[in-house]
Amino acid sequence: MTDKKIRVLVAKPGLDGHDRGAKVIARALRDSGMEVIYTGLRQTPEMIAEAALQEDVDAVGLSILSGAHLTLVPRITQLIRANGQDDVRIFVGGIIPDEDVPKLKEMGVDGVYGPGSPTHAIIDDIRKLVNDAA
Amino acid sequence: MSLQDSVLRGDRLAISRLLTEVENDTTAGQAALNELFTHTGRAHLVGITGAPGTGKSSLVNQLALHYRKAPQPLKVAIVAVDPSSPFTGGAVLGDRVRMRELSGDSGVFIRSMATRGSLGGLALATAGMTQVLDAAGFDVILIETVGAGQSEVEIAKLAHSVLVVDVPGLGDDVQAIKAGILEIADILVLNKADRPGVEAAERALLGMLKLGHPTKHLVQHHNHLEEVLAPVDAHVDDWLIPIRRTVATEGEGLPELLEVLAAHKAHLQNSGDWQRRERSRLHTQLQDLVKQTLMAGWRSNVTDAQYADALDQLVERKLSPRQALQALLP
Repeated sequence: MTDKKIRVLVAKPGLDGHDRGAKVIARALRDSGMEVIYTGLRQTPEMIAEAALQEDVDAVGLSILSGAHLTLVPRITQLIRANGQDDVRIFVGGIIPDEDVPKLKEMGVDGVYGPGSPTHAIIDDIRKLVNDAA
Repeated sequence: MSLQDSVLRGDRLAISRLLTEVENDTTAGQAALNELFTHTGRAHLVGITGAPGTGKSSLVNQLALHYRKAPQPLKVAIVAVDPSSPFTGGAVLGDRVRMRELSGDSGVFIRSMATRGSLGGLALATAGMTQVLDAAGFDVILIETVGAGQSEVEIAKLAHSVLVVDVPGLGDDVQAIKAGILEIADILVLNKADRPGVEAAERALLGMLKLGHPTKHLVQHHNHLEEVLAPVDAHVDDWLIPIRRTVATEGEGLPELLEVLAAHKAHLQNSGDWQRRERSRLHTQLQDLVKQTLMAGWRSNVTDAQYADALDQLVERKLSPRQALQALLP
């Protein structure tokens, strides 16, 4: 039997056009042995939830640099939960003010990573949370 | 309700979860496939292959859009395969980037998968996953292979209709007569047809097709016209491989491509080739299963230490590969 692979959706919701961070994360997760579904720029919350459903991912990583995280994140989490994917872990990276981190966590986000976060910490967190959920 | 019953009713979460079970080859996945197998065999399996960067994902996107826009829209599933890293086993699956226009349509289901070490352009589980989608009621299943080189031809054993995508400027007419990927085409697609060199590329492909035609024909050789007879035992197939020009990013040439696909499906059904391909596909799948099972059975009888020992002797040239095999067989 094949080992259970961790599948992660990396998505950029909203309108900012900077995907360097998302690509760096996608590459780092790949190098750690995960399967990364990369969807590209300017995804709507509906598109992200639909991709998470069709790909049956274990985790969703959202890269948001536009400042719209308090609008986008709750919408995306709601849609994902409404699809019945209760155990999908949600991670947010990008430019997030410190005071917003607790708010995001209340909305069901499992981890928030700002600029300079070491990729191995993100990888370790995803592994741990996904394996706990399994 | 069991997972397979939900799949038969078209429940998208159930489809997605079963695809994962099948991809991971779990016992639950195997059991569900056994149950679902009688409900398969209805979908038109269309393979899309070609070198990296020829525009396969864009073409798949447009094919799906056009199937959905047709007067009688068909339900479309897409299985897009990308390579796994041979070093870490990880993968970045990026085919959805070109398929964003399909989002929000409940008649479309897109699933990305990694090759997980298998060669040939598909993953081991691709066949099983198409069966899940077939049973779930999708009319057309578009299977996009990894960016293929010259010998990733597994798709020919899985799909009913194979599109091989070429673009201007990839190679000369010697590339076109080499064996391999061009031979498996049922339909040749010349994508990016708005680029320079499209005439030359089409001529090269046409030349290749004429050489393959089962009757005698003329070829240009050192400026002389020579008559070449096809081998007498050549398989005479009355499907003449068409070439269609497309510009996938603009949707140009897509209605014509859909017509050719429909014509190929009709040809397969009228000529009995549909059943022949079905038989050959199931033959391949059965053989793969036998190999996997025998391999797994053999491996469970050999300890890691025994295997390492044989390998050591092999490396030290004390045993030949065949002698090592003898040592490891019961």
